[in-house]
Amino acid sequence: MPSNAPLELTMIEAVNLAMAHEMRLDKNVVILGEDVGINGGVFRATDGLQSEFGIRRVMDTPLAESLIAGISVGMASQGLKPIAEIQFMGFVFAAMEHIVCHAARLRNRTRGRLTCPMVLRAPYGGGIHAPEHHSESTEALFAHIPGLRVVIPSSPLRAYGLLLGAIRDPDPVIFLEPKRIYRATKQTVRDNGEALPLDICFTLREGSDITLVSWGAMIPETLSAADKLSESGIHAEVIDIATIKPLDIDTILTSIKKTGRCVIIHEAARSGGVGAEISAQIAERALLHLHAPIKRITGYDTVMPYYRNEHHYLPNTEDIFLAATDCYNYK
Amino acid sequence: MESTHQPRVISETRAQFSVNYYQLLASDGSPTGVLPDFTANTDLLINFYTAMVRTRLFDTKAIALQRTGKMGTYPSSLGQEAIGVATGVAMQKNDVLIPYYRDLATQTIRGVSLVDTLLLWGGDERGNDFAESREDFPCCVPIANQVTHGAGVATAIKIRNERRAVVTTCGDGATSRGDFAEALNLAGVWQLPLVCVVNNNQWAISVPRANQTAAETIAQKGLAAGIDCEQVDGCDVLAMYDALTRALKKAYDGKGATIIEAISYRLCDHTTADDATRYRPPQAVKTGWKNEPIKRFRNFLHHQGLWDESKEQALFQQCEKEIELAVEEYLNVEAQAPESMFDYLYEELPAALKEQRKHVMHKAKRGNS
Repeated sequence: MPSNAPLELTMIEAVNLAMAHEMRLDKNVVILGEDVGINGGVFRATDGLQSEFGIRRVMDTPLAESLIAGISVGMASQGLKPIAEIQFMGFVFAAMEHIVCHAARLRNRTRGRLTCPMVLRAPYGGGIHAPEHHSESTEALFAHIPGLRVVIPSSPLRAYGLLLGAIRDPDPVIFLEPKRIYRATKQTVRDNGEALPLDICFTLREGSDITLVSWGAMIPETLSAADKLSESGIHAEVIDIATIKPLDIDTILTSIKKTGRCVIIHEAARSGGVGAEISAQIAERALLHLHAPIKRITGYDTVMPYYRNEHHYLPNTEDIFLAATDCYNYK
Repeated sequence: MESTHQPRVISETRAQFSVNYYQLLASDGSPTGVLPDFTANTDLLINFYTAMVRTRLFDTKAIALQRTGKMGTYPSSLGQEAIGVATGVAMQKNDVLIPYYRDLATQTIRGVSLVDTLLLWGGDERGNDFAESREDFPCCVPIANQVTHGAGVATAIKIRNERRAVVTTCGDGATSRGDFAEALNLAGVWQLPLVCVVNNNQWAISVPRANQTAAETIAQKGLAAGIDCEQVDGCDVLAMYDALTRALKKAYDGKGATIIEAISYRLCDHTTADDATRYRPPQAVKTGWKNEPIKRFRNFLHHQGLWDESKEQALFQQCEKEIELAVEEYLNVEAQAPESMFDYLYEELPAALKEQRKHVMHKAKRGNS
């Protein structure tokens, strides 16, 4: 039962807690996906929920991603609030037609008569030595689609608050969970039902010399780089975008105007990535505040390598530290 | 070397199937047997005929509007009017329709105004903001996606234990898509209150039915999903109505989903953007006209003593007047404000989009010269 007692939770436990909280509060919230029932999801995000809420509210679907997204659209049009789990982001492509052509458009298509308050959750990103199709970061594909919101937590606390916000949002939300840090750390979370807003960035660390912008599993790497930078006397401001779309560019610009330097870090491939959009907006709106060119530290424009080589692909603390040092020393 | 091994059959009767074909009126309008009781309701019979005629006259007008540049691409239902009419009349008001784009008749019966239909094909989203049947979906353009939405709405109905059902429609081409298989598979597993009407009009634009599937019938795709299915003469409004009524009753009673394969012939082009003379054999079109639903049903009504030339003329005049009024209203509807493209994206417009919204207003005011 919800309580204000402090709980030490991992991110995956916080995800579970947020769903359980909202299901107790709102009978319209339902969960569907593959293995989300008795198995509690392959990462255990829905652990225990079917036994608490029953098979009509926690539904194991047949193995079909397009179906999962498509019936969520139908259910949402009836005022249910489906939380659909796609087991891995690499399997979301079969569901894209329903996400792009219907979930994102139902409100607009019907001039507000029918709406689509659904959440599509998917674990994403590399670093867990998984097979092919289990390690990609394709958040930019969703960020390009009008009508969607794209949310990525980077800690247990933000996973709890952002997921509550996503479930309560009256429009479709793509909620991408960086599975590499599902169990990396624990944080004190209170089951107080407080949602976080879905349209602001979080400034995790203040600094006056350089702005580091990142999200998801790159946040812990970025924070360690910031620690290392401070040892060499460079004070980095760290911004967790958290909501890829809509993008809170104002928080980023305010920081750039203070620091004059920016490094953007993401795990996804570089070209057409969300970093490109952030960089373009900084160039359009704050070019004359910049003391150095914007740098991007990203995955390569390659297929995500099989896991023996994934550490070569993934940006790491040293990459970020070196890029930030270069940017800081630019003349 | 060729193997001589013969697989050993353990049981020949693990599963056995058959698909029925249902018809009440032959193509000349004569009953093929004893008619069901509902055919004693003359108001209902006149309703069927009126709605089919209105559909055909509206289609004719809509095509004329497209040809004269007053409306965009339009998909006619010529030759398939019985399917939509039977579906619309058989459904209860609180059922939900998840249509494709050849469902004018069904939608009109469910209260979607002709003005709304004209607005939709005239490029205005407000045509999907129906005044009635507000849970119904607008017609779905990506093929077969609506069948999945139908399964979703049916799931919501089942979760809430409501006594109502969903009707979703598609063409024969749609049955080749994964959505069709996935949604009906789910409808079987979860015993959903769903009726899927497949308008098998023999063509998916230029590709004939034989090139869509090697299955003998489309209906039998329901067998693999474990749901009931039947083939019905889609040019026979009485058989269609009867089949729909039975399938809906079954859905209300919690006995699961049904596929109805309505056999028809697309006497029109796919849409106004198509030219069927490029691929459609003239002989098949001739046969199609012999089977078409309106003449067939008029013959039936004549034989029943329910119809004559003066009633026919009065009906045509009434429908044409109704359509003229709708067209006039449609032609006088002002376009939506340019910024409306932002106003229904989200419940509340994100701050990040406010600048673009202002820009489109400015751009509209500024013009392009």
